[in-house]
Amino acid sequence: MTAETTQLKPESLEEVVIRFAGDSGDGMQLTGDRFTDVSAVFGNDLATLPNFPAEIRAPAGTIAGVSSFQVHISDHEILTPGDAPNVLVAMNPAALKANLSELIPGGTLLVNSDTFEERNLTKAGYQASPLEDGTLAAFRVIQVPMTTLTLESTKELGVKPRDAERSKNFFALGLVSWMYTRPTDDTIQWIEDKFANKELVKAANLAAFKAGYNFGETAELFDHAYAIAPARLAPGRYRNITGNTAVSYGLIAAAQQAKLPLTYASYPITPASDILHELASHKNFCVRTLQAEDEIAAVNVAIGASFTGHLGVTATSGPGVDLKSEGIGLAVSLELPLIIVDVQRGGPSTGLPTKTEQSDLLLAMYGRHGEAPLPIVAARSPSHCFDATIEAARLALKYRTPVILLSDGYLANGAEPWLLPDVDALPDVSVPFATEPNHTDDDGTKHFWPYLRDPETLARPWAIPGTPGLQHRIGGLEKEDGTGNVNYDPENHEYMVRLRAQKIAGIANDIAPVEVDDPSGNASVLVIGWGSTYGSIQQAARDARESGVEVATAHLIHLNPFPANLGEVLKKYDRVLVPEMNLGQLVKLIRGDFLVDAVSLTKVQGVPFRASEIEQAIRELAK
Amino acid sequence: MSEEGTAVKLGRKDFQSDQEVRWCPGCGDYSILAAMQLFLPEVGVKPENMVFVSGIGCAARFPYYMNVYGMHGIHGRAPALATGVALARPDLDVWVITGDGDSLSIGGNHLIHALRRNVNMKIIVFNNQIYGLTKGQYSPTSEVGKVTKSSPFGSLDTPFNPLSVALGAEGTFVARTHDMDRAHMVEIFRRAHDHQGTAFVELYQNCNVFNDGAFEAITGKEVRSDMLIDLKHGEPIRFGADGSKGVVLNQFGECEIADVAEVGEDRLLVHDEHREDPTLAFALSRLADRPTTPTPIGVFRDVQRPSYEAEVQRQLVISSEKQGPPDLGALLGAGATWDVS
Repeated sequence: MTAETTQLKPESLEEVVIRFAGDSGDGMQLTGDRFTDVSAVFGNDLATLPNFPAEIRAPAGTIAGVSSFQVHISDHEILTPGDAPNVLVAMNPAALKANLSELIPGGTLLVNSDTFEERNLTKAGYQASPLEDGTLAAFRVIQVPMTTLTLESTKELGVKPRDAERSKNFFALGLVSWMYTRPTDDTIQWIEDKFANKELVKAANLAAFKAGYNFGETAELFDHAYAIAPARLAPGRYRNITGNTAVSYGLIAAAQQAKLPLTYASYPITPASDILHELASHKNFCVRTLQAEDEIAAVNVAIGASFTGHLGVTATSGPGVDLKSEGIGLAVSLELPLIIVDVQRGGPSTGLPTKTEQSDLLLAMYGRHGEAPLPIVAARSPSHCFDATIEAARLALKYRTPVILLSDGYLANGAEPWLLPDVDALPDVSVPFATEPNHTDDDGTKHFWPYLRDPETLARPWAIPGTPGLQHRIGGLEKEDGTGNVNYDPENHEYMVRLRAQKIAGIANDIAPVEVDDPSGNASVLVIGWGSTYGSIQQAARDARESGVEVATAHLIHLNPFPANLGEVLKKYDRVLVPEMNLGQLVKLIRGDFLVDAVSLTKVQGVPFRASEIEQAIRELAK
Repeated sequence: MSEEGTAVKLGRKDFQSDQEVRWCPGCGDYSILAAMQLFLPEVGVKPENMVFVSGIGCAARFPYYMNVYGMHGIHGRAPALATGVALARPDLDVWVITGDGDSLSIGGNHLIHALRRNVNMKIIVFNNQIYGLTKGQYSPTSEVGKVTKSSPFGSLDTPFNPLSVALGAEGTFVARTHDMDRAHMVEIFRRAHDHQGTAFVELYQNCNVFNDGAFEAITGKEVRSDMLIDLKHGEPIRFGADGSKGVVLNQFGECEIADVAEVGEDRLLVHDEHREDPTLAFALSRLADRPTTPTPIGVFRDVQRPSYEAEVQRQLVISSEKQGPPDLGALLGAGATWDVS
């Protein structure tokens, strides 16, 4: 059962975008994950876009209940999960209806024909079967009775039909694995491990997977399979990683590089919960996790831990940031290290819990009462979440400040290959604790002043409980610089407000300048973005350049403060385009800070930009 | 708690900071601060190994006056901040100083969850039944009908009974004392400190500006013996100048006050702090609806349950044994990998 047994030689493709779509109970996320992992290990470059409803089990067979997983695999470096699928696997009529409009004309449509009966058609809102009425004429339709064939393949095993039917996603996986000549050993091994304690389920899934694969080989529905060669990526060892896993590993790595224990407190919230799940299983790295009673408690637990010399971290999504604002403001006033990870999702309020958005930038920037500035770092791809997390930790520790790390639902759940870093080459982010009094009175008495600052960074000393002689009290009331004593004097308050702002602004000199990609050096249009739009922007620029449009790109990792060279960069270009998955937040900051007439391109549909959408905007500006 | 501290000789001044104490003259907080600073030296823990955390309110200024590590946090969040301290550093002695509004109104959620987790911290609730710092609004422990600036026609809210709340939240140590009796305060602080886990102490504290005399009916020197029921483990619960009154259980399991001569000594409820089941402690907490009738003070409940951070430590150790020493390279490269040459 290998690709070699295929009668006809597979046709080589450079890339393909496949979307698995089915009912939320059909196991489409798992199917997509498996296909992704196999493709990753095979050596393709890839990017994924999971898309699922917020409901755990939305009504079966309805459009609302459709769950999909898009994966883009290629033999070259790619940046996005693909604008539109070349292949759509539709496990039922609702999945077809919800996704058909995005399938490219001439694309392949693989449907589970068993589900196209009256009841399911009605639930999906079809008057007549689209398999019969010509709706699908523009596509290459392959009808496979997947349910029947799955039941058939598992008949001998003694599995109840209702249970056996649930293996049909593995049939689909087997069939698509054959179509794209994926190695099967890894998936077989995975099924054996995953269902080791459920003998019947394991047997049924294996049987369905093999049946799907063999069906592709033997049925005359396909004249040949396709092959996508491994991508020519930079040399090294790779793994596949999602943004949430990368944040988790980044936190563990940052704590290790800071030589500090990690205390992580959070309240379950989509799409950030996986960070808690991941960290909770690595206690051997001296990771303490606490599932707090609420978002407010979570941030305060992290602050309490930071006070004692831990790396205190909390993660959440937008609604949780709202609740944590008070605690973040306290950390600004206490000047203690703290990391707040915001895995953004569609808002306002509960909004779109499982969908992506970039609408918390201004919340991160300004969402606290009083003048409460803090550094903001944004990850640009799933694997970049690792580096961005370490950078957030570096700033938090060095400047004794809360730092907001922005991720989003797309980065959190999307996956891509990651060139494993050399752990010995990770930056050292450790900072010393205070150990001695730092002030002497005229009479020679020694004191510890908790707000006596490092003249260069303006960071205050971090003296942790247990250190003799350095007992001190800190709090949210305004204090006098140096002594830290409560102080309400008008001039002192203004001095402190400006000092705290100056400390954060000064970080601009300690971060990498923004890099501009302007291959010809002649571009008049600069596209500048932040966060997860990176892939779409880069792809759009590549496509534009291929068709002769000169365009420059830059991507911000630091949103506050901005890199020191940003103003200069912006002023070099006639037009500046700012694509964002919000109604224009970065563009406001840029226009406000630099008086640049930047143009906003926005999208708030819970899904990433298509590269083509950005490319079109580039073309218009370049005219 | 900290071993190294046991041999140290410390005095009251070791726990006094250089800050001027700024509560209103005559405030009950002064006597509480004095009791705490008198008590702490006997614990033998060095000041640098103690952390006092507070929220917002008059009581919340307490840490500023203590020469320990301290944090004046935000309103209601002290138990959460202190949970972080205790979780990260089980070697520290952690105290939470809070008030009735801070702990039972805005911070109610953190309080009950700290109690159920049994985090090793000592929570002292200065209950004055009023909002002092915001100048006199009714609090979650004010009596119904309380006329204040925010309730000119009388407050409508049924008050919390703090001890009932703590017991209902699975508190393992629940006690009450008051600011008019330094020796009793010290004894309760000592008992709270010795407890492994969350200790909850309700401390009746007089606010002489906005709610003067709220507890006078029970704590006044001349009425105390008739109005305060001093709970003693293993002893029949009785009070009154000559022990003439006592506490009995009625047929519904509720506590009632009775004349000992009338009911006989054998019917008196024998106090048992260590009962696993909190029912009797709860019944005792309901004996005095308001601090105007005979009111029990002392330790209502003191039972053993593993403290939260001790269990966290246990998991860290087990995890280290099972998963081995941390190896970041191995973690990052775990699972399926492939090489590109």
